[in-house]
Amino acid sequence: MELTVRDALTVLHGMVFGGLLLLGYSGAVVAICAMSAAGDPWKPQARGEKALSLYLTLLAGLAWLAVLFGAYVIYPWYRAVPPTGADLAGFPQRFLMSSPTTTEWHDIGMEWKEHVAWLAPISLTACAWIFRRYGGRLRVMKGLRNLLLGLVLTAFAATCVAGFFGAMLNKFAPVRGGGEIVLMKGETGDER
Amino acid sequence: MTSAETAGGPNGSGAAAVLAAAIGWFVLGVLALAGDTVPSVKRALTLWKPTGGLSGVTTVAIVAWLVVWLVLGRRWRDRDVKLGVVGASSAALLVGGLLLTFPPFMDFLQGK
Repeated sequence: MELTVRDALTVLHGMVFGGLLLLGYSGAVVAICAMSAAGDPWKPQARGEKALSLYLTLLAGLAWLAVLFGAYVIYPWYRAVPPTGADLAGFPQRFLMSSPTTTEWHDIGMEWKEHVAWLAPISLTACAWIFRRYGGRLRVMKGLRNLLLGLVLTAFAATCVAGFFGAMLNKFAPVRGGGEIVLMKGETGDER
Repeated sequence: MTSAETAGGPNGSGAAAVLAAAIGWFVLGVLALAGDTVPSVKRALTLWKPTGGLSGVTTVAIVAWLVVWLVLGRRWRDRDVKLGVVGASSAALLVGGLLLTFPPFMDFLQGK
């Protein structure tokens, strides 16, 4: 059981940073909705307020890590130009563009993903800052709280688009190469 | 919702953060389209060759977002602004930014 360095770094980008980010949205939405509940809304105490502020800051940090790592580590491998006659399997963008059945994964999928993903860190940074600035006072600031929720949902939608296309692109044209990392050695079918 | 947002304090700083983010989204869309349409713009936006035009598109959009945030944040710090207007403007900028980064719409604008 082995994988290449590029496989591992792609997993770090998509499954660790992106996956954790996607999981984290539910917590942010629940917290904001709890503060909006009619009747007896959640009133965060100083400790809860600090924890939620840290949580939103970490979400923003994950979003920045995901986009920066994607754009400056994974994307250059994805868009590398092959030398003449090279096997396109090692050049994902060119591989996808070489067939009419896969080219739209690049033309629409990657072209949209590479831009729309940046909405998430921008939105989440604004969210984290707004919560840090207003904290529990947001409970009585309905208008601002709604905008905060809008920012979180925008970031979530952008992450979903980027995550979906990222997964599909990696399915049809994985970014592979670099050294090999052997996780485990097993027996072949003949040896059993 | 105004009147110091029902005693929560002036909402200007928060509104500035939201509107600045929306302007950042829109600038990203405009630059993505410009880079896709005009080769000289794409070359100018290529700040780091391995990442291509994306490096400049995102860097300039981030700088624009932060500058707008700084300016609006200072201007609106102690003010109570109409969040309905900020919300509607931000939603329009979001739709614009999304469309301008969506490849079929970019192609449509370029007559492809």
